[in-house]
Amino acid sequence: MNQLLENLNALACGLFLLTAFGIVAMRQARGCLNLFIMQSLLLAASAALLGLRFDSGHLYGVALVNLISKPIIVPWLLRKTSPAEIYTRREINQALNIPTALTIALALAIGAYFLGIPLENATGPEFQGPNVPIGVAGLLLGAFTLTVRREALSLLIGLLAMENGAFLAGISIARDLAMLVELAIATDGLIIVFIMGVLVRAVQKQIGTTTVGELASLKEAAADATVKKSMP
Amino acid sequence: MNVIVILFPPLVAALLVTLPFRKPQDWVPGVTVVSCLIALILAAQMAWRIAEGGSVTENLGADWLTWIAVDGLSALILLLIALVGTTAAIYSIGYIAHANLEPKKLRLYHANYNLFIFSMLAIPLLAEPTLVWIVVELTTLCSALLVSFDNTRDALEAAWKYVVLSLMGAGIALFGFLVLFAAMQAGGGGMYTWAGLVMAAPNMPAILLQTSFLLILIGLGTKVGLVPMHTWLPDAHSQAPSPVCALLSGIETTSILYVILRLFPVMQAVPGAHAETWALVLGLISVGTAAFLLLQVRDYKRMFAFSTVEHMGIIMTAIGLGASAGDYGAMQQIVNHSVTKSFCFFAAGAVLLTAGTREIAAVRGLIRRSPLAGTALIFGGLAIAGAPPLAVFLSEFSILKVGLAQGRYVTTGLLATFIVIAFFGVMLHVNRMVFGAPSHAASGQNHRETEVVATFQLPFSCRLALILAAVPVLVLGVYVPKPLHDLLTMATAALTR
Repeated sequence: MNQLLENLNALACGLFLLTAFGIVAMRQARGCLNLFIMQSLLLAASAALLGLRFDSGHLYGVALVNLISKPIIVPWLLRKTSPAEIYTRREINQALNIPTALTIALALAIGAYFLGIPLENATGPEFQGPNVPIGVAGLLLGAFTLTVRREALSLLIGLLAMENGAFLAGISIARDLAMLVELAIATDGLIIVFIMGVLVRAVQKQIGTTTVGELASLKEAAADATVKKSMP
Repeated sequence: MNVIVILFPPLVAALLVTLPFRKPQDWVPGVTVVSCLIALILAAQMAWRIAEGGSVTENLGADWLTWIAVDGLSALILLLIALVGTTAAIYSIGYIAHANLEPKKLRLYHANYNLFIFSMLAIPLLAEPTLVWIVVELTTLCSALLVSFDNTRDALEAAWKYVVLSLMGAGIALFGFLVLFAAMQAGGGGMYTWAGLVMAAPNMPAILLQTSFLLILIGLGTKVGLVPMHTWLPDAHSQAPSPVCALLSGIETTSILYVILRLFPVMQAVPGAHAETWALVLGLISVGTAAFLLLQVRDYKRMFAFSTVEHMGIIMTAIGLGASAGDYGAMQQIVNHSVTKSFCFFAAGAVLLTAGTREIAAVRGLIRRSPLAGTALIFGGLAIAGAPPLAVFLSEFSILKVGLAQGRYVTTGLLATFIVIAFFGVMLHVNRMVFGAPSHAASGQNHRETEVVATFQLPFSCRLALILAAVPVLVLGVYVPKPLHDLLTMATAALTR
C-alpha cells in the first residue's frame, strides 16, 4: 500500500515537473494559466497522497486549501481585477527563443536535483522522495520564467509557480507546519493575484498594452533622456 | 496591556478612511496621523518598559499567541517604524493636498498607507518565522499601489519591478523558511519561533541551517536592496510620492533587514557556518557599488535611494565585523539611518514641490528660491553622508572603530574609502543644487520662475514634519538618551547567542 502511494506521489511530482517546463515553453498566456492550474492540482494530489501515506491530517488540509484557492479563486480574481486582454496575448518577443529557454530550464532542473539531494539526506530517511528535488526545480523554473517573459499574465504565473515549487518541497520536509500558517500563505497568494491584477489594469490603461516587459525606461544611463521628455 | 494592541490603530484607521463621509480631504489625513501617533505612543511605552528590564517576551496564554514576542531588538524596530510612520503621516497632509487629488484617490492613499504601516509593525511583533514571511509579503503588496500612486509610465514601471522582484525574492525566502523548519524538526523539534530556533540550533543539521540561511539572505536581501539584487530599489524608492519614499527607504528596508538579523544568533551555533562572512561580503559589495553609482546619478531622489543601498551595506558590513564586539554601532546605524533617511526624503519632497523636477541638473540656486527647502536639502545631504556632529557620523565612526580594534584593516579601510566616496558623491550633487548659479541656457525662463517660486511656501505640515524629523538627527549625533542606550545594548545582545 505504502509502496503504491509513494509511486503515485512520484507520478504526481513527475507531472508537476512537466507542467513547470510547460510554463517555460508555452507562448499562449491562457495556456500558461491552464498549466498553472494543472500544476496546482498535482500539488494538491501530492499533498493528499503524502497525507495518506503518513496519516497526516495537516497535509489533507494543505491539499484542500490548494484545491480551492488556486484552480478556482485565482482565475476568478484575475477576471475581476485585470483586463480581459491578458488572456489573449501571445509572447512574441520573449527574451530567449523557446528551444534555448528549454535547454536552460533542463540544466536548472538537473542542478536542482544536485541541490536537493543533500537536503534530503540531512532530514532523515522518512522524508526522502521526489518532492524536494522537484520542488526546488519548480522554484528555479518559476524564477527562470520570470526572467524570460514579458507578458503580465505569464509573469504572474511564474511567481505563483515559484510558490508552488516551494510548497511541493515543503509538504515533504515541513509536514507539521501549523495550519494557520498554510491558510495565511494561501490568502497571501490571492492578495498577490489581486494587487498584480490591479497593477496590470493600470498599466494597460496608461500605455495600452499588457506587455509589461516593454516598460524599461528607468535606468541610470537613460535617466537623462526620460527626465527631459517628461519635462514640459 | 497586550503588545498586539499596537496593530489595531493602523488597521482601524485603514477601515475608517474608507467611510463615505463627505469632504475626505478635511479629515482623512488626520485619521492617519492620529493612528500613527497612537502606535508611536504604544511603541514608546513598550520600548520604555523593555529598556527598564520589564517583561521581555509576552506569552499571551493561548497556544498560538506564543508566536507574538517582543524583545529589545524588536522593540527598537517597532519604535522606529512608528516614529517614521508618524512624521511621514504629518508630511503627507500637505504633500498630498498639494496634488489636489480626487477623493477616491485620497482614500486609496491613506488606506494603503495605514495597511503598509500595519504590515511593517507586524514584522517585529511576530516571532514565528513563516508568519513573519507572510507579513513581509504583505509589506510589498500594501506598498505596491503606493509606489504606482502617481500613475505615470515610470511609476508603474517602478511598481511592477518592485512587486515582481520582491515577490521573486520572497518565493526563495519561503523555501528557506521551510528548510529552516525542517532543520528544526530534524534537530529534535521545539517551538518554531526566533527564541526556539536559537535554543534548538546546536542540534540542527548544519547543512540545512546553512542552506536556509543562504536562501533567506538572498530572498529577503532582494527586498533590503543588497547588491546585486538591488536593481528595483532606486526605481521604486524614487518614483513613489516622497512621504512613501521615506517609509520605503527609512523603515521598510530596515524591518526586512531585522528578519535577516534574527538568523545570526541561530547561525552562530553552527561551527564554520560563516554567516558573518556572507554579511561582510554582501555588505561591502553593496557599499562599494552604491558609492560609485552615487557619483553619476542624475535624479536626486534616486541619489537618496542609492544612499539607502549604501547604508544597508554599511549595516551588513558592521554585522559582519562582529556586531557584538563591545559596541552597538550596527544597531545605532540602523536607528540613525532610519531617522536621517526619512528626513532626506522629506527634504527631497520639498525640493520637488518647489522646483517641480527630479533632475539634479535642472535645480540650481535652490537656496534663493526656497530657503527652507535648500537648507533642508543641505542638512539632509550632510546628515546622510555622515558629517559630524550628526547622527550617522557617530554610528559610522563607532563601526569603523570596532573594525580597527579587531585588526580587520583591509575591510575597515575599504569601508572607510567607500563611505568617503559616497560622501563626495552626495555632497557634490547637493551643493550644486543648493548653491549653484542658474544655468545660462535656461536663465530667461528661470528668471520668471524665480518670481513665481519666491512666493512659494511649503505647506505648514511639511515644514512641521521637517522640523520634527530633524530633531532626532541632531540630538542622536551628540547624545544617546539612557533608555535608548539600554535598548541598543539589548538589541545588540539579541544578535549573539
